Order: sequence, then structure tokens, then C-alpha cells
Amino acid sequence: MLAHLIRVLGGDFHLAEDALMDAIATALQRWPGDGVPNRPAAWLTTAARRKALDRLRRSSTRTQYAPELTLIATLEAMPEQTEQSDIPDEQLKLFFTCCHPALAVDAQVALTLRTLGGLSTPEIAAAFLVPVPTMAQRLVRAKKKIKVAKIPYRVPPRDELSERLTGVLKALYLVFNEGYSAHSGDRLVRVELCSEAIRLGRVLVRLLPEEPEVRGLLALMLLQDSRRDARTDADGVLISLDEQDRSLWHAAQIEQGLTLIQTALEERRPGPYQVQAAIAAVHAESASDAQTDWAQIAMLYDALLRLVPSAVVALNRAVALSLAGQLTVALQFINELEHDLADYQPFHAARADVLRRTGQLDAAAAAYDRAIELSSTPAERTWLVRQRDRLAQ
Amino acid sequence: MQYMLLIYTDPANETPESRQAQMPRWFDYTRQLREAGALVGADALESVATATSVRNRNGDTTHTDGPFAETKERLGGYYLIDVENLDDALKWAAKCPAADTGTMEVRPIMVLPTPD
Repeated sequence: MLAHLIRVLGGDFHLAEDALMDAIATALQRWPGDGVPNRPAAWLTTAARRKALDRLRRSSTRTQYAPELTLIATLEAMPEQTEQSDIPDEQLKLFFTCCHPALAVDAQVALTLRTLGGLSTPEIAAAFLVPVPTMAQRLVRAKKKIKVAKIPYRVPPRDELSERLTGVLKALYLVFNEGYSAHSGDRLVRVELCSEAIRLGRVLVRLLPEEPEVRGLLALMLLQDSRRDARTDADGVLISLDEQDRSLWHAAQIEQGLTLIQTALEERRPGPYQVQAAIAAVHAESASDAQTDWAQIAMLYDALLRLVPSAVVALNRAVALSLAGQLTVALQFINELEHDLADYQPFHAARADVLRRTGQLDAAAAAYDRAIELSSTPAERTWLVRQRDRLAQ
Repeated sequence: MQYMLLIYTDPANETPESRQAQMPRWFDYTRQLREAGALVGADALESVATATSVRNRNGDTTHTDGPFAETKERLGGYYLIDVENLDDALKWAAKCPAADTGTMEVRPIMVLPTPD
């Protein structure tokens, strides 16, 4: 379709790309509600041609190009054409273009939600707690950069695909986490972000069936999201995993997530999202917190640490080890992380918990105090204070 | 589509010896660009110690000894390349020896309408 447009627009690749992107964005917004037209390719080509015409008319009033005026006349005279539909291809190109590394991450996220997610600018602004004009500016700048710096509108070549896919998955997971995390803000909007991220994840799985990490990410999101109704109490306070009412977990979603991660792992090309999904799967399959196989989770964190050597992952591994009963080793690992994670609230909370399990209640209380100092939301603070107060019992 | 690759390096990272040692890499890089048909132009600049900054303000022309602003990384040279798209420009920027220790700023050359 693009090739056809480029030809029709006298070799103006830019113009064709812009016009087609506009047409697709409109299609992705309208078709879910209006229904897919009988000849989607023809619809898109016609829409793209119209948008190209609009652009040419707008620019020609400023520059008076004879060639452009001729092109306009030619385009206006053209009859409708049919062409092979390659819409899935266009979606994939959009994913990679929106998440191009030359764009700032918050721009990638905004652009993905706007063009692929079909969210309006005010909706995206509300979701990220940013004023609408700021979000609008962010989108305008990002589109301008794509155009002026000539970020190519394509699926990256084979040798770059893996690396670029990492960027796409990261942006998608950011959208999910924005909705999943316990920040203040409109709860309904947050829920929409999670379901949007999952929906886009499904699209990506369809488009890239040969990439296990995509399935891994979708599995991870489904499994985490399956717990959404058990995560907060009536007052909006966070309920930790060990205390959640597991009957409120969404079983069908868990089933989907488990199937996805199983088939992904069979490819034997592990990656960080697959490992995280596997960890979530262990939780999802445990009838209660007491029955959780923490030793297996600790091993999975070992694997994750090899793929993503980060202090936070190391901390999570230490916590799993402590819950598997290996308190001495866990405390040792935690103490080693003190320098890297001194300002990280979960570090102090984790340390407090392990200290409690080893009977060092005073040290545990001190650690909770430090965590409380570092807490960033009322929900977090309430939970930490409660944990500390329980030490006295 | 033309891009300028602006080469920014921190003189603290270099010595005359290290620069000498890197010369073969630079020659090789330039050769690769030329053979790929991407090279439009390239130059190294003398150090910022040799720079003079000129400003016209309120009818006066002032001259300052040194660069437009004192920065840790300074402009040391450029490559002007002609490639298909930003991805290709970024690939070339990453191959440049300066990218290892300094920063390569990749900027599209503005395309202005040519009058008939």
C-alpha cells in the first residue's frame, strides 16, 4: 500500500508515509466502533490520498510549487484503486516507529497510546497526570521529530529487530505499570491503561508469533492484572500478595497467562519478560501464600539476575530466599545491597521483614522506620506503618 | 537525506599519544563512509583554545577568546553524510571512534525549498 502511494505521490516517500500513518491512525480509531469496511485497503488508500492532498494544499499555499500543484491536480483526478491489504504490517511498522529509540521514552509511550491505542490526548494526559497542553506538545514534538529527522516508517531489519523489540516491549510494559501501580489519580483511567496495554500486547503476539518475549510480556501482564480485584481493600490500601484473597483472582485470565508462558518457554529462548512471567505463574498456581514454592521462585530470580543484573532483582531474589527459609543467606545478600539501594523503600521493607523472621525485632522496627521515611504514597505508608506496628504484637 | 554528525569529546579523555593511537581507526571510518557513498564532507577542528566568539549586540561587535560556552565536551569536528534515513545515520554515528568516549550528535540538515 505504501509502495503504491509513493508511486502515486511522485516518489515523495515522506508525504506517503505521513499520509498513510494519518489514515491508519484514523482507521484504528474508527474501525473498532464502525466496523471494518468491506475493502479495507481501498479505504486506507483513499483516506491516505485525501490526507496527502490536504497536506499538499496546505503547503502549496506557502511555497507555490508548480510540481506540487500538478500533483494535486493529478491526485484529484484519480479514480479509486484496490490493492492487497497489509494492515497487520502497518500496525507493526507503527509499533516500531512510535517506540523508536531516538524518541524520549515518555514520547514513545504517548505516541503508542495515541496512534495504536486510540486514546485521546486528554485521556493520555489524565492517565499520566500531566496537563493536556503538555501532552499535546509532547505528541506534536514526537511526530515532528519522526518527520524532520526522518525516522523510517518500517519494521527494523533482521539484525536490529531484537534490540528494537526490547524498546517496544519496554514502552508497553511502562503503559501497563502506569495503570497497575498505586499512584494517586483517576482509578478508572488506570484500569483502562492496563487493559489497553494487554490489548496491544495481544496485537503484538499476533504480529510477531515467532518472538517468545512478546508472549512472555503478555503473560506477565495477564497474570499481574488477574489479581486486580484482590490488590486493594475498601479504603484503597494495598493488600500484599501474601494476604490477598485468591478467590478474587481472575481464573480465566490466569489460564491464558499460563498457556502463553508455557508455549513461550518451549521456544527455549528465555528473556527477562518470560522469566518474570514464570515467577508470576508460580504465584498464580499456588492456592495460598503458604503453598508457594519459594525455592523455585528464588531459582527463577537467579535466572533473571543473569539476564538483568540489577540491584532490585538481586533484592527480590534475597526476599524469595528468605521466604524459602534460607534466612542467613538472604540477610547476607540484603546487607550487600545496602549501598546500592539505600534510598529504595522496598529495600528497607524487605530487610525489616527478614530481620523480623530472624527475631531481631528492634532492628526490624528501625528498618521499617527508614522505609516509612522513604514511602511515596499514602497507601504505601499505611501498609508500612501497619507492618511495623505488628512487630509489637 | 543529509545529516551532520557533530563530534563532541572531553579533552580530559585524550592525550596526544591516545589521539595518535586512534588515527588508524579514524582513517578506516572515513574510508568506510566514502566507500559506502555516504560521505559528503568531514573536518576536524582545532581546539577550543583557538576559538573566537563574535556577537553583535546594540550596535557593537564583541569578540570573546574561546567557544560560545564553556562545556565539558567540546565540538571537535564533524562528518556530513548523505544516507537513507535516521537509522542509517545513527549506525554511522555509533561506528565513529569518538562515540566510545564522547558524544555524537546527529542532526538532520534542514531542507529548504529551492526557488524555481
